Amino acid sequence: MAGIIEQERYTCAIGALQSVVAIPRAVPILHSGPGCGTMIAGFFERSTGYAGGSTSPCTNFSEREVVFGGTDRLRNIIKNTYKVLDTDLQVVVTGCTAGIVGDDVASVTEEFLEEGKPIVHVETSGFKSNNYVSHSNVINAIIDQYVSRFEEENPKRSEENLVNVFASIPYQDQFWKGNLREYKRLLEGIGLKVNILFGPHSGGVKEWQTIPRANFNILISPWYGEAIVKNLERRYEQPWFQFGYVPIGANETTRFLNGVIEFAKEQGAKIDEEKARAFIAEEEHAYYEEIDNLATFLLEFRYGLPNHVHIIHDAGYVVGLTRFLLHETGIVPKEQFIVDNTPEKYKEQIISDIASTSEKRDIPVIFNPDAGAVQEQIRKIQHDGRGLIIGSGWDRSLAKEKDYDFLSASVPTPYRLILTTNYAGFTGGLRVIEDIYDMVLATYK
Amino acid sequence: MSKVNLEIPEVAIREVRLGSITGFQGSAKELVDCARCGKLKDKSRSFSQCLGCSTSIAACTTVLIQDAAVISHGPVGCSSCLHEYEFTYRVNAALREVKNPTQRKIYSTNLEEKDTIYGGIKKLESAIREVYKRANPKAIFIITTCAAGIIGDDVESVANVAQEELGIPVAAIFCEGFRSKMWTTGFDAGYHGIARKIIKKAEKKRNIINVVNFWGSDIFGKWFREFGYEPNYITPYATIDSLEHSSEAVATVQACATLGSYLGAALEQEFGVPEIKNSPPYGIAQTDRWFRELGTLIGKEKEVEEFLEKQKEKYMPQIEELREKLKGKTAYVTAGASHGHSLLGLLQELGMEATGAAIFHHDPVYDNEELDSDTLQHVVKDYGDVKNYNVCNKQEFELVNVLNRVKPDILFARHGGMTLWGAKFGIPSLLIGDEHFGMGYEGLINYGKRILETLENDEFVKNLEKHSLNPYTKWWLDQEPYTFLGGAK
Repeated sequence: MAGIIEQERYTCAIGALQSVVAIPRAVPILHSGPGCGTMIAGFFERSTGYAGGSTSPCTNFSEREVVFGGTDRLRNIIKNTYKVLDTDLQVVVTGCTAGIVGDDVASVTEEFLEEGKPIVHVETSGFKSNNYVSHSNVINAIIDQYVSRFEEENPKRSEENLVNVFASIPYQDQFWKGNLREYKRLLEGIGLKVNILFGPHSGGVKEWQTIPRANFNILISPWYGEAIVKNLERRYEQPWFQFGYVPIGANETTRFLNGVIEFAKEQGAKIDEEKARAFIAEEEHAYYEEIDNLATFLLEFRYGLPNHVHIIHDAGYVVGLTRFLLHETGIVPKEQFIVDNTPEKYKEQIISDIASTSEKRDIPVIFNPDAGAVQEQIRKIQHDGRGLIIGSGWDRSLAKEKDYDFLSASVPTPYRLILTTNYAGFTGGLRVIEDIYDMVLATYK
Repeated sequence: MSKVNLEIPEVAIREVRLGSITGFQGSAKELVDCARCGKLKDKSRSFSQCLGCSTSIAACTTVLIQDAAVISHGPVGCSSCLHEYEFTYRVNAALREVKNPTQRKIYSTNLEEKDTIYGGIKKLESAIREVYKRANPKAIFIITTCAAGIIGDDVESVANVAQEELGIPVAAIFCEGFRSKMWTTGFDAGYHGIARKIIKKAEKKRNIINVVNFWGSDIFGKWFREFGYEPNYITPYATIDSLEHSSEAVATVQACATLGSYLGAALEQEFGVPEIKNSPPYGIAQTDRWFRELGTLIGKEKEVEEFLEKQKEKYMPQIEELREKLKGKTAYVTAGASHGHSLLGLLQELGMEATGAAIFHHDPVYDNEELDSDTLQHVVKDYGDVKNYNVCNKQEFELVNVLNRVKPDILFARHGGMTLWGAKFGIPSLLIGDEHFGMGYEGLINYGKRILETLENDEFVKNLEKHSLNPYTKWWLDQEPYTFLGGAK
């Protein structure tokens, strides 16, 4: 039995409505209780996008709909959404109320589908799963019910250099916009064409329609999103290349890009390898110019810098940051905490990715979505030297209690504003460095 | 029959208890005139947007109590936005002289699919024990959710058994989102739980006055000390102990009747603490009325008159100056009910013209059933009618439509997300978070200065207007704003 959760670091299944908000000109339509939208908006903050937040249509379940069902109301709301809002894709998501009373949402969206409307439905009852899992369900629903309508114009695997990228979960990963932009830039740098699908650098629904054309998919994640690439493999026979964590800094970004190049070649993509390697070399050169310059500071700063870190985050970031911080800043990862409710079958690989960070040290990793319990554990841990905690806004006061430095890098957080910053890639690594040491230097007053 | 009944576990929703509505189109006077004559009928909408629900509002009445813990009995999403209260608690702690604001204790029972089949009671029971062990709270509040409500978990019994076992108050608060169209029902639910399980009968009286409010600045402390009293703020930054003894107060006042209606009435009817019935002190006429009622209640009529005289002497010259500068400026208000009315009064007091209002709901009467508590009625009487007075249930599409036509000089908003649309149309927009900011004579000056500043510094909104996204169709902006109200179309 899953126990209580204190200080939740993710939200329920309907939270994946933010993946719809992240698609340019798409709108989520909530068939749910009146508070679901506000809960999600409040969790992520500054997450309205084009038609999310208070703009999103919602049936606002009342007692009447609970007793008699809400499909009539839903039909009205959808009909009038077309009159009031100018959108390219409508995704009906359902809350606990609709789920428990058993409304037949598909039969309602079917009516609009027959009129040729770009409408999709997906069950996202909060009790079913969380937004890490539900993100895949939402994306798969769009693929199965919308993208599939354009298969004729978009023959499967017909563009050898085109790839679909599934990486950061929009809004759950605060750095999603920047990360996706950086992945796109890097992959184009090695000669691929990229469907990035979310955010201002995607081509909106037109881009989604071309998903079948891609030669293969890239999944940058330890587990969430796997259901998407599996679905695409079934539908369009597209194989996928997986990188199990956020590639941060030069070591991991180069490893990631080399992996993609090898995989792309195997799949028959036309990669000019010399050009691709030159691109990576230039990126690395620019990166190490900074690290070289910084090394003196890291080695000589006389007034104290953090020497060890606890990270409280999802698996992708815990692994990515652990590998990055040890090798590229010298901050030693101690106990690490993965709070994304990782399904059992993926844990072994994640543990092994952490273990392979260093041959000479043991980095304990603890899986627990109950972040309040995680904090209790950290309160009891003592290490010598100045400590650093990377986590969500909740962890700021924990860091204060322990007299540790603190970097806010996970939701929910009221203490940090992120627009288009990226942590992934070469530039992302440099940004992590800036953020950590800026914050450390700010403690000297 | 009294609106307050502490015998039953679940407070009746506002629609039923007070006859409150979420849809109305007309003028303020029309609404006031028909509010208590039995003709007020709610209207539903055939298009609607995300609203907000009681559960986070019930959390607002409990999470900020210094030494309590709150369990959301539901899926993990139903407590997703509550982290915002952790921030509020830290940031405003200094205003209540809380030196070391502690982490807010917020838990989810994390209901999953199998729990919706077999029930979530066992999870709740073990959650209460775990929370008690982990947080050592002085009381535990359980806030319910749609899922818990529909599957029919007997939360009341679990709470009562746990209270026996642990020896601290364990209060079930029923605030399922689908129960009420008014999220303000969540305030009533929270206060109902507090009145039932926390507040004790008084054995003596003390020189304190209860203030039902949020987390605004300490203006009541400054005022009450003039007359020899201290404020007892309820519930943010209260302790379980201070709440238990709130029955010892000589009076209860409200920062906003929409907020404190139920608790004010409960304290009077069940614990013998008289309530100041008059609406909160915004605008000169209302400030005077409010202070005079207070003076009568504490037997300090003469002192109150002297106080008001001094206030006038001190602040009127500045108020006159502001009136001169603001004369003829137009304003539109969007806010919850009573506070929205207060803002309408305040801006007219400053010489501005109220071109309309989109108010989230309307309570024709409050739990004390006193006419003096009807803020809108005072505003109409003191300043005249407000045309284009609409009850909008926080529907953004209607606000967008209206703003696009009315184009006021300034938009006043009270709730998050609403100023955006003023700004997108290039209208200077102002949201004041501190609910005490506009109170009394000095409040008129506070507000007047901020209004002038907002009107003056419009470069940002003018630039935003040129570049902002608008997902609304041209068709919609050309329709009447209340096209979808009343089930038409």
